[in-house]
Amino acid sequence: MCLWSGCQPTVPKNKIKVFIYSLKKYVDDSGVPVSNTISREYNELLTAISDSDYYTDDITRACLFVPSIDVLNQNTLRIKETAQALAQLSRWDRGTNHLLFNMLPGGPPDYNTALDVPRDRALLAGGGFSTWTYRQGYDVSIPVYSPLSAEVDLPEKGPGPRRYFLLSSQMALHPEYREELGALQAKHGESVLVLDKCTNLSEDVLSVRKRCHEHQVFDYPQVLQEATFCVVLRGARLGQAVLSDVLRAGCVPVVIADSYILPFSEVLDWKRASVVVPEEKMADVYSILQSIPQRQIEEMQRQARWFWEAYFQSIKAIALATLQIINDRIYPYAAISYEEWNDPPTVKWGSVSNPLFLPLIPPQSQGFTAIVLTYDRVESLFRVITEVSKVPSLSKLLVVWNNQNKSPPEESLWPKIRVPLKVVRTAENKLSNRFFPYDEIETEAVLAIDDDIIMLTSDELQFGYEVWREFPDRLVGYPGRLHLWDHEMSKWKYESEWTNEVSMVLTGAAFYHKYFNYLYTYKMPGDIKNWVDAHMNCEDIAMNFLVANVTGKAVIKVTPRKKFKCPECTAIDGLSLDQTHMVERSECINKFASVFGTMPLKVVEHRADPVLYKDDFPEKLKSFPNIGSL
Amino acid sequence: MQAKKRYFILLSAGSCLALLFYFGGLQFRASRSRREEHSGRNGLHHPSPDHFWPRFPDALRPFVPWDQLENEDSIVHISPRQKRDANSSIYKGKKCRMESCFDFTLCKKNGFKVYVYPQQKGEKIAESYQNILAAIEGSRFYTSDPSQACLFVLSLDTLDRDQLSPQYVHNLRSKVQSLHLWNNGRNHLIFNLYSGTWPDYTEDVGFDIGQAMLAKASISTENFRPNFDVSIPLFSKDHPRTGGERGFLKFNTIPPLRKYMLVFKGKRYLTGIGSDTRNALYHVHNGEDVLLLTTCKHGKDWQKHKDSRCDRDNTEYEKYDYREMLHNATFCLVPRGRRLGSFRFLEALQAACVPVMLSNGWELPFSEVINWNQAAVIGDERLLLQIPSTIRSIHQDKILALRQQTQFLWEAYFSSVEKIVLTTLEIIQDRIFKHISRNSLIWNKHPGGLFVLPQYSSYLGDFPYYYANLGLKPPSKFTAVIHAVTPLVSQSQPVLKLLMAAAKSQYCAQIIVLWNCDKPLPAKHRWPATTVPVIVIEGESKVMSSRFLPYDNIVTDAVLSLDEDTVLSTTEVDFAFTVWQSFPERIVGYPARSHFWDNSKERWGYTSKWTNDYSMVLTGAAIYHKYYHYLYTHYLPASLKNMVDQLANCEDILMNFLVSAVTKLPPIKVTQKKQYKETMMGQTSRASRWADPDHFAQRQSCMNTFASWFGYMPLIHSQMRLDPVLFKDQVSILRKKYRDIERL
Repeated sequence: MCLWSGCQPTVPKNKIKVFIYSLKKYVDDSGVPVSNTISREYNELLTAISDSDYYTDDITRACLFVPSIDVLNQNTLRIKETAQALAQLSRWDRGTNHLLFNMLPGGPPDYNTALDVPRDRALLAGGGFSTWTYRQGYDVSIPVYSPLSAEVDLPEKGPGPRRYFLLSSQMALHPEYREELGALQAKHGESVLVLDKCTNLSEDVLSVRKRCHEHQVFDYPQVLQEATFCVVLRGARLGQAVLSDVLRAGCVPVVIADSYILPFSEVLDWKRASVVVPEEKMADVYSILQSIPQRQIEEMQRQARWFWEAYFQSIKAIALATLQIINDRIYPYAAISYEEWNDPPTVKWGSVSNPLFLPLIPPQSQGFTAIVLTYDRVESLFRVITEVSKVPSLSKLLVVWNNQNKSPPEESLWPKIRVPLKVVRTAENKLSNRFFPYDEIETEAVLAIDDDIIMLTSDELQFGYEVWREFPDRLVGYPGRLHLWDHEMSKWKYESEWTNEVSMVLTGAAFYHKYFNYLYTYKMPGDIKNWVDAHMNCEDIAMNFLVANVTGKAVIKVTPRKKFKCPECTAIDGLSLDQTHMVERSECINKFASVFGTMPLKVVEHRADPVLYKDDFPEKLKSFPNIGSL
Repeated sequence: MQAKKRYFILLSAGSCLALLFYFGGLQFRASRSRREEHSGRNGLHHPSPDHFWPRFPDALRPFVPWDQLENEDSIVHISPRQKRDANSSIYKGKKCRMESCFDFTLCKKNGFKVYVYPQQKGEKIAESYQNILAAIEGSRFYTSDPSQACLFVLSLDTLDRDQLSPQYVHNLRSKVQSLHLWNNGRNHLIFNLYSGTWPDYTEDVGFDIGQAMLAKASISTENFRPNFDVSIPLFSKDHPRTGGERGFLKFNTIPPLRKYMLVFKGKRYLTGIGSDTRNALYHVHNGEDVLLLTTCKHGKDWQKHKDSRCDRDNTEYEKYDYREMLHNATFCLVPRGRRLGSFRFLEALQAACVPVMLSNGWELPFSEVINWNQAAVIGDERLLLQIPSTIRSIHQDKILALRQQTQFLWEAYFSSVEKIVLTTLEIIQDRIFKHISRNSLIWNKHPGGLFVLPQYSSYLGDFPYYYANLGLKPPSKFTAVIHAVTPLVSQSQPVLKLLMAAAKSQYCAQIIVLWNCDKPLPAKHRWPATTVPVIVIEGESKVMSSRFLPYDNIVTDAVLSLDEDTVLSTTEVDFAFTVWQSFPERIVGYPARSHFWDNSKERWGYTSKWTNDYSMVLTGAAIYHKYYHYLYTHYLPASLKNMVDQLANCEDILMNFLVSAVTKLPPIKVTQKKQYKETMMGQTSRASRWADPDHFAQRQSCMNTFASWFGYMPLIHSQMRLDPVLFKDQVSILRKKYRDIERL
């Protein structure tokens, strides 16, 4: 393709610009039209393009040109004259950057698998390409549109076992195929249904909407919904409109058409929605299909229906998918992902794609950055700093000074520690300041710690860091909490009692990846961030939601530690005891669950301890002997 | 002539042509066409502001008359069989496809078996090709019997077909033709890294390959026969045969930007093919974060062709260290060389430096299965000047993903010759058995196509790796598989206690006793009555590896693997299973062991001592996914499984190697329990293999044999174990769910 200005990266939003030539009627010198007037479908197609973001009416700024000469069906064209008409287009230039749409190529007796109109360099969006005519990465393979898509109302039928295992519904099959199908039916009995054209229907019945088996009459396409698998055989052409009907019925297509390039195969993963069987192996089709697990069949049924809804059901869908594919080639770095193309909405909704997906155990040597959020508890803060500084893997300490009315103590008053200590003063007293991805954080691991968490031992912290290294995509922390479903109230409830389960760790003392700071600051859904800052509460719960939602994974609670602020305190210290506080935190969970549209938190029954914890083994030989039991 | 004359040529001659304009059936205005010429900005009206395209008031005819297709289909007389035969005789050479040039029937009987021609005396084979052949011969696809073979690989070195190269093999044409199995190349696979030579570097390999498939580096889209050839990466002669180095990415930095935005360091060609792109690189070089360094100093007579830039370029080139650049760059430019592919590609991939491809028309390696948009930026040589702004516009989240994907792909398919070869073979196998082949998700997600065998199941949910991608919950039940080797003589035997303990677990679906004892099966009534079914399978050959056979009787995805003398309570089983549900791709269990590098002996050591870390969880009491039975049986080579069977030892170590090689993660030990064997608890079990003094020495040597087959040490240490949340906490025992665990 030529990279004219309309396809350059400078074009906003990485969208190619498509120009449509205005409609003209071409006649030969005896006044006979070169082709029929534009068809309903081609009109829809051009309308769809002109209504889309791709459209430009400025020919000088276009990347792609679409003629208004309708070549959808080669049967209705005069080939040579059409080529001449194309050559007249003002920017034709041997078809460079021109896009032709053709669904029914070839003609008798051989039926070529691509449009016979000489088209030179023009891109062809063709239905029925074979591997020999399809120019990979250049042409686009498109479906043959089934007019029944618009004419017939066929409500979706969910996946599951159906009356017939295998169905053939095509009418004018070659006798050779029909013989093979007949053999399958003879062998497997009623689970195979082979339909044919009805011979003795009364005149007023539309024969395209009926199929017959012996004297039994079936409604088409409704009958497709009665079958698990539906055969799609080649006819005169490789591309068959029945494929569209079959997908729509949620019947898994069994494509038997050697060398056929399936529609949109550049982006659609047909292995998830169809079974391709070589023509030679037609006799084995039944056993091949039987080896497919039931759950996979249901996945394929769902997938088939989704492909129809997204890419087959209307001319508009076909046109836009074609342009998107070309667009993705020109802007590959902005291309639509595999998941977006292929995952049905239910999968998109339920699935998780972890942004930190590579299994990686970061080296210990990088260490972690401790971030202490403080307001004015200087004495306690200094104690925390002193304690944390003893942890071998600490590489930097960052104090986030959240008090705008008071300056932090003079430099000389701060504890002297072996790692860099940096104080960041904030502009506003917001809880979210603790989760800002400060440039000063140069390590992957962050330890968030409150300025009153003085009970954690150096061994406990170092061990927490080691556990985080094994789970760098999780929250790894000390105070564990749980969310519960309150059946009486029909809502979520926050639980801080000692329970057998955890679903959150509080960020008063937790390790996590710096990436989550970035997510919290820039990608928190809805108004959660502002809400947290306004209420001065629940930033830790919000972080738990965020991480669980994006990774699909549970937190890791480390060590038995349950007291954090002072030895005398009850396990549930100060703030947390307050009833109103508890109510508010329950509110947070309910609020966040509704913003996220789901409850992402995962409940687990385990915590991480050092391998030799509580073992009858010399303490000095243990890596982490000083693990508090409370 | 007559016909030609009859039809008009529009506008060109201004002759008697008629051109009518259509708008909604009305004769409509010439202004439209004028607008086309005047670019529409000159105040001419749109038909309506929102819709350019006219709306037609009348119904248009459909594009296909209702009976056309049926009529056409029914008049086709050529039979499909004839059509297929015709295709396979027409489409040869450059038009070869699997359908026309490959004989599927050879693969029908024995499946996908690959034959390597015996090496002829006196034929020199370069190391790279030796490695390729060794990788095939060491794989599960290899057969030494040509009559069993589906695919044939030459022992003639075809890698370097550059006539000027010392590795070039002469007279290949006649040598190939004289092979009696050659059959005009049908079902043959030819590996090639270099083809053509100065000055035009054609892609011709210099002999008639007939109907053979090419696995070729630097192949152009134009010459590439889709779904027939395989594009492979260019790799150096130092590329390791097995194992391979890991990717350089050790951690994900946030923000994911490195010191340099874009780098390149390499030769500049002053003349000839491929020189254009590299000659233009200096335009983009900014000396700061975009470093594109070239040198003219290569070849014998570079000074003869030297241009005015050479001296300046050469000085700049010397200033920077290539490795330092690789490690510190976000993007690495991979421009074409003389040929389309270059070493820079794999170097960038390994270095987690996102490749920016600048090699128009290159069919990227394994493009049939790898979605390169997820790991590279495909640039256009014609748009070199826009590359910096393009990559600067890429969102940081995307960079983070691209970078991780480079590492996944590198380790899954590229880091060793063996991986490159196996990937090539698996791609071909997937084509032959289309209905049991991998989808794109399998190829492009961890752990990748080489570890996910589609023959196991076509349903992704049957593998432990895709629950999150599919939005599925991990399995809720397990099957206990008890490995029994001693006869059943008393009702107080540990195996019966164990069976009862497992059966009482709320997650237990069934129990399978694998009877690997020489004595006949005990009568049915000797087994205790349980609420779950107990199935006894008699091990056919009674060998160790049979405990990991993928028995059809195992109906659950989770397997609780048990030695007969294991001591485990129902609580422990329950707890371990709930933990496994969080880590379904790993081995989760009780007996932890560790490996270490023994410096004095320069070999791997094995220890069962109490240590602060562990890297194995033995399968005498462990839960893992049933798929690992399949992988153990079908992925591992016979040599390792035979070793295990002969020693009747190390099967558990091998399983740990396998699972860690797949997951790249350690197993998980649950709770404190260390004594899990009757023998360890002071009682004796005569047959216990643990009592054998050779046992330990054997395990050491197993470790080293396994590590050498894998080509590296896949085991990874963990320093933590998972306990119940309230384990040994000072709280009433009644509040604890897994209280029995603490009594032990």
